[in-house]
Amino acid sequence: MWNDPHYRALFFQILVLGAVILAGVFLVNNTISNLERQGIASGFSFLDKTAGFSIGESLIEYSEEDTYGRTFMVGLLNTMLVAFIGCILATILGFIVGIARLSRNWMVSRIATVYIETLRNIPLLLQIFFWYFAVLRALPSPRESATFGESFFLNNRGLSYPRPLYEDGFSLVVWAFIAAIAAIVIIARWARKRQDATGQQFHTFYVGLGLIIGLPLLAAIVTGFPLSWEYPVLKGFNFQGGKVMSPEFVSLVLALSTYTASFIAEIVRAGIMAVSHGQTEAAFSLGLQRGPTLRLVIIPQALRVIIPPLTSQYLNLTKNSSLAAAIAYPDLVLVFAGTALMQTGQAVEILSMTMAIYLLLSLLISAFMNWYNKKMALVER
Amino acid sequence: MEEVEVSRHSDKEMVVSEDVMIELKAMHKWYGEFHVLKNIDLTVHKGERIVICGPSGSGKSTLIRCINRLEEHQQGQIIVEGTELTGDLKHIEIIRRDVGMLFQHFNLFPHLTVLENCALAPIWVRKMPRGEAEKIGMKYLERVRIPEQAHKYPGQLSGGQQQRVAIARSLCMSPKVMLFDEPTSALDPEMIKEVLDVMVELAEEGMTMLCVTHEMGFAKTVANRVIFMDDGEIIEENEPQEFFNNPQNDRTKLFLSQILQH
Repeated sequence: MWNDPHYRALFFQILVLGAVILAGVFLVNNTISNLERQGIASGFSFLDKTAGFSIGESLIEYSEEDTYGRTFMVGLLNTMLVAFIGCILATILGFIVGIARLSRNWMVSRIATVYIETLRNIPLLLQIFFWYFAVLRALPSPRESATFGESFFLNNRGLSYPRPLYEDGFSLVVWAFIAAIAAIVIIARWARKRQDATGQQFHTFYVGLGLIIGLPLLAAIVTGFPLSWEYPVLKGFNFQGGKVMSPEFVSLVLALSTYTASFIAEIVRAGIMAVSHGQTEAAFSLGLQRGPTLRLVIIPQALRVIIPPLTSQYLNLTKNSSLAAAIAYPDLVLVFAGTALMQTGQAVEILSMTMAIYLLLSLLISAFMNWYNKKMALVER
Repeated sequence: MEEVEVSRHSDKEMVVSEDVMIELKAMHKWYGEFHVLKNIDLTVHKGERIVICGPSGSGKSTLIRCINRLEEHQQGQIIVEGTELTGDLKHIEIIRRDVGMLFQHFNLFPHLTVLENCALAPIWVRKMPRGEAEKIGMKYLERVRIPEQAHKYPGQLSGGQQQRVAIARSLCMSPKVMLFDEPTSALDPEMIKEVLDVMVELAEEGMTMLCVTHEMGFAKTVANRVIFMDDGEIIEENEPQEFFNNPQNDRTKLFLSQILQH
C-alpha cells in the first residue's frame, strides 16, 4: 500500500492538514491568553464607540462624535476613491506612453523611453514625497496662488475649483444626457445590423459625439441654463466657497498613476509587439487600411496579451495606495489601522479587518478582470 | 530537395493575353546601404504564370513584396493595371484591392473563425453585406475543399488547411493578380501537394500568378516563364523547358544542380 501513489498522496495530505490545524489552534490560544493577560477586551464592540478625532477629508458626513465604524467607512471610501481614479488615469497615461514608445518618430519614442525608465526605477514612496513636499507644498500661499481664468486656484493648500449649483430644471439636462447614451447604444446596434444587411458603414463615433454634446446642450438652452457656479473667493488667508482638492490627495493620485502608468506602458508595448508583423501585412494585402487593420486585427489580439498583467498592475496600485499614510492622506490604513488602532489598542481586530478588506478589494478587481479576459480570450485549439 | 509530383487537372489550354498586367521599369530598392534590387525590368501579361527562383537572399521575396507595396522601392516605376505605385495612399489602396498575396506562414487572423477571416475584407473594403460576404466566403472555401471547417478557428487546422484558407481568403476579394511568397516552405511534405493542387487549378482558370517557390514540379507543369534571380538581379528568364534543360548562365546551372541533385 505504501508504494501506491494514491494512498501515499492521501497520507501526506492528512499530515499537512493536521499540522496546519495544530498551528492554528496554537496561534489562537496564544493570542487569547496574551490579550487576557494585558487586560484588552477582544471583540468588535469598539466599532460602536465614539472615535473622538476628526478627519481632514471625507466623502460622507463625518465628525468627532461619530463611531469607529464610521471611521472605517470614511477610510475605506477614501482608499477606493484614490484607487479608482488612479487606475483610470494610469490606464489612459499608460496606453498613450506605451504607443508613443512604438512611434516611428524618434523624439516621441525617446521621450516615452525616458519617462518609463525614470519613473519605474525610483521608489514609489520617494515619488509620493516628491509630489507632496517638492511640488505641491512648495507652491505659493493662497494670496499668491496661480489662477486659471479666476476660477481655479492652485496654492499650497491644494486646488480650489468652482462648485456647481444645480437649479430647478437641471434634472432635464441629466435626463437628456442619459437619453443621448441610450440613443448611441441603439444607433450602434442599428448601424451594425445595417452593415450586416447592406454593407453600408455608418460613422457611429461622430454621430455619437454630436448627440452626447448636443442633446444636453439643447436641454440646457430650453431650460435657460439651470446651472451656476460658486466660485472660490480669497477671504483673509484662505479661499472660501467652491471646492478644494487637498495637496495630499493630488500628490498621492499623481504619484500612483504616473508610477503605475510606466509599468502599464511596457505592458501595452509588449502586447502590441506580440502580434506578429505578418498580421499587419496580411491585412494590408487584403486592402484594409491602417485604421481598420488596427481596430479589427491588431488590437483584439494585443488586448488578450495585455489584460492579465494589467490586472496585477491595478492590484499593485490599490495596495500601494496605503502609502498614503506617509503624507497623511486619510486612507483606510492611516485613519483605521493607524489612529483608531492607537486609540483602542484592538490590534488583532483592526488589522484583520483592514487586511480582509484589502483582500476583498483585490479579489473583486481580479474577478472583474478575469471576466473581461474570458470575454476577450482566444480560442486556440 | 524531393520534387513533389504535380499534374494538370484538365487539358484546358492556359492562355496568355496581350494585355499588360504589371510593369516594372528600371526598379531599384535599397535597405539602408544595402542594394537589394538592382535595375529590375519585368513585364507580366494577363494570365501569365511566372515562377521566380534563386538562392536565399537573392531578393526574390522582396521583389514580389514591392508589387503590393509591403516594401517601398526607391527608384524606377512599378505600374499595376495602369496605376503607378507611388507614396499616394489612394493608389496603394486601389492596387492592394486587386492584388492578392499568400505568405509562407499563412498569416490567418487567429481571433476570427475561418469564415470570418474570409468575410473580413469583403465587408470592410468592398462594403458588402455580411450575408453576401459569407456566401462568397463559403463559395471559395468549397473551392479549396474545406467548407466543413468554416466555423473553426485557424489554430484548429493543419498547416495545409490553413494555407488553403489563406488562398480562399485572398480569392474573396476577386484579385486580378496573385502573389505567392514561398507558400509551401513552411508545410510538412504530405501537405505540400494539397496546396499545389489548388494553385494548379487557379492557374487553369486563368489567374495571373507570380510565385516565389522552390517547387520545380510546379514550375514545370504550370509556369509559362521561370525567372532566376541572384544578388538582386534577374540573371536569366526562359520557358520552363528551356530553363531546366538548357540553362545559359553559370550561376543558374550551379543553382539548379544544387536544388535538383537529390
